[in-house]
Amino acid sequence: MNGVPMEHGLVLAATLFSLGLAGLMLRRSMLFVLMSLEIMLNAAGLAFIVGSTAWNQPDGQAMFLLVITLAAAEASVGLALMIQLYQRFHSIKLDNVSRMRG
Amino acid sequence: MMTVATVLSCLLPLASTLALAFSGERLGPRASTLIGVGSVGLAALATAWALLAYSGASQSVTLWTWVSVGDFQPTIGLTVDRLSLVMMGIITGVGFLIHLFAAWYMAGEAGITRFYAWMNLFVFSMLILVLADNLLLLFLGWEGVGLCSYGLIGYYYQDEANNWAAFKAFIVTRIGDVFLALGMFLIFVEIGSLDIGQVLDQAPRVWAEGSATANIAALLILGGALGKSAQVPLHTWLPDAMAGPTPVSALIHAATMVTAGVYLIARLNGLFLLAPDVLLLVGVIGAVSLLLAGFAALAQTDIKRVLAYSTMSQIGYMFVALGVGAFDAAIFHLTTHAFFKALLFLSAGSVIISCHHEQEMGKLGGLWRQLPVAYAGFLVGGAALVALPLVSAGFFSKDEILWQTMAADRAGLLIAGLLGAVLTGLYTVRLILGIFHGEPGSHHARHPEPGKNLFTHHLPLIVLAVLSTFLGAWLYPGLGELFPAAPGEAADTGHTLLQVLATGAVIAGLALAGWLFLMRRQWLHSVVEKGAGARCWTLLNRAWGFDALFKWGLVRPWQWLVHGLRCDFINRGMNLLALIARVGNAGLVRTQNGRVRTYACVMVLGVTVILISLVLTRGGGT
Amino acid sequence: MELAFYLSGLVAVLATVGVITGTSPVHSVVYLIVSLIAVALVFFALGAPFAGVLEIIIYAGAIMVLFVFVVMMLNLRADAERTPPLWRQPIYWLGPSLLALALLAALVALITAGDIEMAIDGELITARAIGLTLFGPWLMVVELSAILLLAALVTASHVGRRSDPGHSSTPRNAPNRGDTP
Repeated sequence: MNGVPMEHGLVLAATLFSLGLAGLMLRRSMLFVLMSLEIMLNAAGLAFIVGSTAWNQPDGQAMFLLVITLAAAEASVGLALMIQLYQRFHSIKLDNVSRMRG
Repeated sequence: MMTVATVLSCLLPLASTLALAFSGERLGPRASTLIGVGSVGLAALATAWALLAYSGASQSVTLWTWVSVGDFQPTIGLTVDRLSLVMMGIITGVGFLIHLFAAWYMAGEAGITRFYAWMNLFVFSMLILVLADNLLLLFLGWEGVGLCSYGLIGYYYQDEANNWAAFKAFIVTRIGDVFLALGMFLIFVEIGSLDIGQVLDQAPRVWAEGSATANIAALLILGGALGKSAQVPLHTWLPDAMAGPTPVSALIHAATMVTAGVYLIARLNGLFLLAPDVLLLVGVIGAVSLLLAGFAALAQTDIKRVLAYSTMSQIGYMFVALGVGAFDAAIFHLTTHAFFKALLFLSAGSVIISCHHEQEMGKLGGLWRQLPVAYAGFLVGGAALVALPLVSAGFFSKDEILWQTMAADRAGLLIAGLLGAVLTGLYTVRLILGIFHGEPGSHHARHPEPGKNLFTHHLPLIVLAVLSTFLGAWLYPGLGELFPAAPGEAADTGHTLLQVLATGAVIAGLALAGWLFLMRRQWLHSVVEKGAGARCWTLLNRAWGFDALFKWGLVRPWQWLVHGLRCDFINRGMNLLALIARVGNAGLVRTQNGRVRTYACVMVLGVTVILISLVLTRGGGT
Repeated sequence: MELAFYLSGLVAVLATVGVITGTSPVHSVVYLIVSLIAVALVFFALGAPFAGVLEIIIYAGAIMVLFVFVVMMLNLRADAERTPPLWRQPIYWLGPSLLALALLAALVALITAGDIEMAIDGELITARAIGLTLFGPWLMVVELSAILLLAALVTASHVGRRSDPGHSSTPRNAPNRGDTP
């Protein structure tokens, strides 16, 4: 068999996704939460690329572009929120803003 | 004419009650007093009119039918006969004098309107009680006087103890009232009527003499009478009832309400004659009460409590008379007792007000020079109480009772009566000496302010004092034909001997009292200071410990039972649902903690569970 | 080519572990850049060079620079994570870690249970093909992502502006202001 089996690519994506999820659940600093989100988005993108190359279709890569767009938008808004958080609380720990018990 | 006067004397206090009760606070104390005293005065005049118009036959007037259910048609109807007229005379006559005195006694107190509203309602209820021609209406008056007694004992409601005393009086008498109500039910079921005349008429036909049903009916009626008349064992409320104002004690707890039991038994005499055993029990209870109360009166320090126990003791005499079938003698003693006990209470009230509400015997003393009117009242009333021969009203009535007892061949009751006479002498002398002689015990007693008002202070005392002498005894008309023949009517032997004996008992009591309280005062003090004497004193002061007995025997077990039932286990089961909801709510609230990480974890958990279950079902499916 | 894939994948996983376990923000950001570049290498190895280049330029280049800027601007240090010492107390990380592991296991089980029988032979998908796809059938999505980016721009500039000193003492208003779009 020639080339990389598709499962391996998907398992790699799943591993990265799980790591990002673990980071999201573990860390209380908003910076790390945002980075974990980037990792998860990236893992999703990887899954699309794997699918795209496996079937030799360009649509997966178009989807990857969308994922990148989303990641950029998310990062910009998230970082802006983080700056605001830091200005108001002088800390970026998310547990500090649990006052509304939302 | 007579019926008009009777109805008028009933309605006047009722109208006054309504006027006072619905006036709010608009009437001033002067107007309230005028209405309250005036209405009873007019009622007394109407009663006098009825007495004058009395033709000798009993008359009935039906005002209207209460309710009409098939054959059962209880009416609001009044019957006037000799017995009713005597009771009416006591209620309105003595009641008017007490109201008049209350105008002096209550001057300056808060809530005069309330006081007179209750007092007039009491007079109305009591008149209904004695005039009712059927048991249902009688029961209405019976409950009405109980209610007024409750309201007036708790008149000074700002002191908590008074409210408890009022509760106690209400609840204990209510126990008796339940018996009375049951008795009424039994009579209605068995005889089919509650009309007193019909009941007395039918009872001998329905019940054989001494039959079980007759005994039970009589016993139940007796239970009601015991509660109202403060006889053993339902007597504990009366001493505490002295928390009310003194005119209330004079009117309700000495002259009229507490004698309602005597009236009831006398009124239903035919029923009790069918149950001779119960009638004997009446006498025995009376004898026990008169001795217990006589001993207890010896060890009281509050002058009103001494008088309260003495009232119990005197009602005990009336029950003894009832017990030997001498109903006439019982009512006779009821009448004279109303006079002299009202006099004693009003005199005590005069002393209490003069000494700024001081009623402890130890803090009074040496007042005879400053308070001559009250002293005279106490002397005359005390003489009647101990039944001083020939000059006092009490002698004639008590002698009648003892004579009937002897004629009925009840030696035990006779001995109890004679012993009671000695005790009466002892505590009366102790009371008078304690208040009016010796050294003043407090500042107030050293500088009393005697009552000066001729009309509202002197007049009631003087009139009652006159009535407490042999003149009062002469006033009593005698009810001979109304009642079955008393045992003493047939026989006549030994009456003089008995009179000598009774006189001897009285004089022995007085002499013993004089010797003890004048000569051996120091010795007496040292005896009650310690050891068996002190224990004896405490026992008597607490009236043989009936209160503690009831508390530990009845009230506390009841409370325990109620406490046990309060945490109702079925209800607990029902509450389980609410508990589950509440616990669930608490748990869910805790998850809503505002931490994003927790939410993420829970979300991931859910996703994982779904994925794993997917994997498992896939594996199981293929 | 397979070797490149596995090596890059290993590097990516290790770098990602470094990201989520790091205590210093700057180190974590650098680990993340490493991870992203490794993923870009994976893309090259799989035969998607256009995606790999975009990954490097946009992700590792633009977005991560944004992160670095913010870290520098806020002057974040390692002490942001120092208290409490997380790794000493298993209760803080054991549960989430096990959860993530379980999820991974479930995912892997699902992926391998499929028996896809498909290999990636590394045939190139050119940028031209992607462009034709994007501006052909996917045109609507491109327009939508443009609107998304515009919205993100407006939001970021609104939320990220310096708040008034007078309002800084009343943080109650802060959440309302952030979600304008």
